[in-house]
Amino acid sequence: MPYKHSVSLNVDKCRGCTHCLKHCPTEAIRIRGGHAVINASRCIDCGECIRVCPYNAKKASCDKLSDIPKDKWKIAVPAPALFGQFDNLDDMDYVLSGLLDYGFDDVYEVARSAEIVSDYTRRYMKRKDIALPVISSACPVIERLISLRYPYLAGNLLPILPPMEIAAMEAKRNAMAKNPSLKEEDIVAVFISPCPAKASYVKNRTESAKTNVDFVVSISDIYFELIGIMKKQTTPVPVSRTGMIGLGWASTGGEATAVFNDKYLAADGIENVMRVLEEMDNGAFPELEFVELDACPGGCVGGVMTVANPFIAKARLGSLRRYLPVSQNRAPDGEAGIPDELSVKDKVEYSPVSLGEDMNTSIKMMSEIERIRKLLPGIDCGSCGAPTCSAFASDIVRGDASIEECIVFMRKELDSIRNEEKSSGGSK
Amino acid sequence: MSEPLQFVFDVSGENFTSAGEASVTVKKNLRMLGFAPDIIRRVAIAMYEGEINMVIHAGGGVATVTVFPDRIEMVLDDRGPGIADIELAMREGFSTAPDNIRNLGFGAGMGLPNMKRNTDSMKIESELGKGTKITMTVNT
Repeated sequence: MPYKHSVSLNVDKCRGCTHCLKHCPTEAIRIRGGHAVINASRCIDCGECIRVCPYNAKKASCDKLSDIPKDKWKIAVPAPALFGQFDNLDDMDYVLSGLLDYGFDDVYEVARSAEIVSDYTRRYMKRKDIALPVISSACPVIERLISLRYPYLAGNLLPILPPMEIAAMEAKRNAMAKNPSLKEEDIVAVFISPCPAKASYVKNRTESAKTNVDFVVSISDIYFELIGIMKKQTTPVPVSRTGMIGLGWASTGGEATAVFNDKYLAADGIENVMRVLEEMDNGAFPELEFVELDACPGGCVGGVMTVANPFIAKARLGSLRRYLPVSQNRAPDGEAGIPDELSVKDKVEYSPVSLGEDMNTSIKMMSEIERIRKLLPGIDCGSCGAPTCSAFASDIVRGDASIEECIVFMRKELDSIRNEEKSSGGSK
Repeated sequence: MSEPLQFVFDVSGENFTSAGEASVTVKKNLRMLGFAPDIIRRVAIAMYEGEINMVIHAGGGVATVTVFPDRIEMVLDDRGPGIADIELAMREGFSTAPDNIRNLGFGAGMGLPNMKRNTDSMKIESELGKGTKITMTVNT
């Protein structure tokens, strides 16, 4: 089944410049007919193109607040990054009360489930039969990257559902326990997300692994609703049930340090993350036991659907965490394994984008790519609409472009034609 | 069949920090061609070890990788000091790498054995004072 995306283009706003082209980590973008085109089989929904577009032509598509049906029992499920968006916030309850005042019937923090995941991760890491290092499964971009490029690492992914999925499930269960008259179909869980990748994660859940998240809205949408509401608040309702660990998941290293194991690596930013994956795929870092990788700079606080600068958000979260208990949510005692309902069911499969249908065709195509690449200037200017001369060469061989689109190549051709005319003219 | 697909890398002995780059490029290309992950890994490891060896012992050399539908051939050719005793060099744990290289984590005496283990055939031609040529094949 083709992967459903959450990063898209507003053609009217796109000027066909080369910013996104140059920054796309998987070379999924081309400029065709004066505007960008995203190749769905390569896109990993990381949001880099949204981050760099000077014309705001790239957008993260998720649900609007107005899409949420009024007649349902609506539960807000905010990502921990939401709490880093507000200035002078000294208590998370202001934000949670704000969500209730906005019109949500209930709230359930993703951070609570993050603490449960941390607890189960620590237990999982004690097992002797697992592939080390264990790679965090919280950032959906990483899972998608591994399926496209890093065949050896699929077995290292932590087989626990990401906190937002568990939070949505717990939120519904909680609501039904509190209000026995509520039925599951009356409830909607609304995840408040820092990034489009998490929206894609929800869209791509399968029949065998259903999602409990009914709507995904952006932190930035809810932020502008909340600042007005929060100004009017006097005393918030004490609803927060999160500790330092849960809130820490919002920035890089938060999840990794909560494993309580010194042999960890935490990297953020898509370029860094890809370099780490590349080296791990080569068999580097045998001593590591846990690897946390976040596609966004700074971790989830750096998501493209947030408002605050990621480092400011991180600092704010630091002061919010200051007097919180270490953790307020624990997995039930004595449970050895990960409960079935929290386990990842669908295995990540290696599904690379290869050149030709069969090996003979692929080899022929690559020989041709190599031949054409040598004719190109190698300056990677992007004017042809491909990010690099190598990518352009492969576009030509795939039949998606022709060499005349390279302006440097064409000028050379023109010059040689002119010189020929001159020399033949002079010899007369 | 037309010309086989060939990649030629000038492995520089000057810059130790860039050692291993040819292996990464080969890996990327093989991935694009659609070879099975296991084949890619074996070629990448054999290539990496060979490349590092050329940099450490021979001051660089030339690596040529030829891709056929049924096999991948790697030839590592250098003008280094040559190998005095090939049988000894093939022994696990035997290494003539200098201390500064060992401090970096190389020189464990696993390079050549690793190359042998990951390829279907490996031939070493070496002459003291002249250089070494290693030909490896991985059947796909």
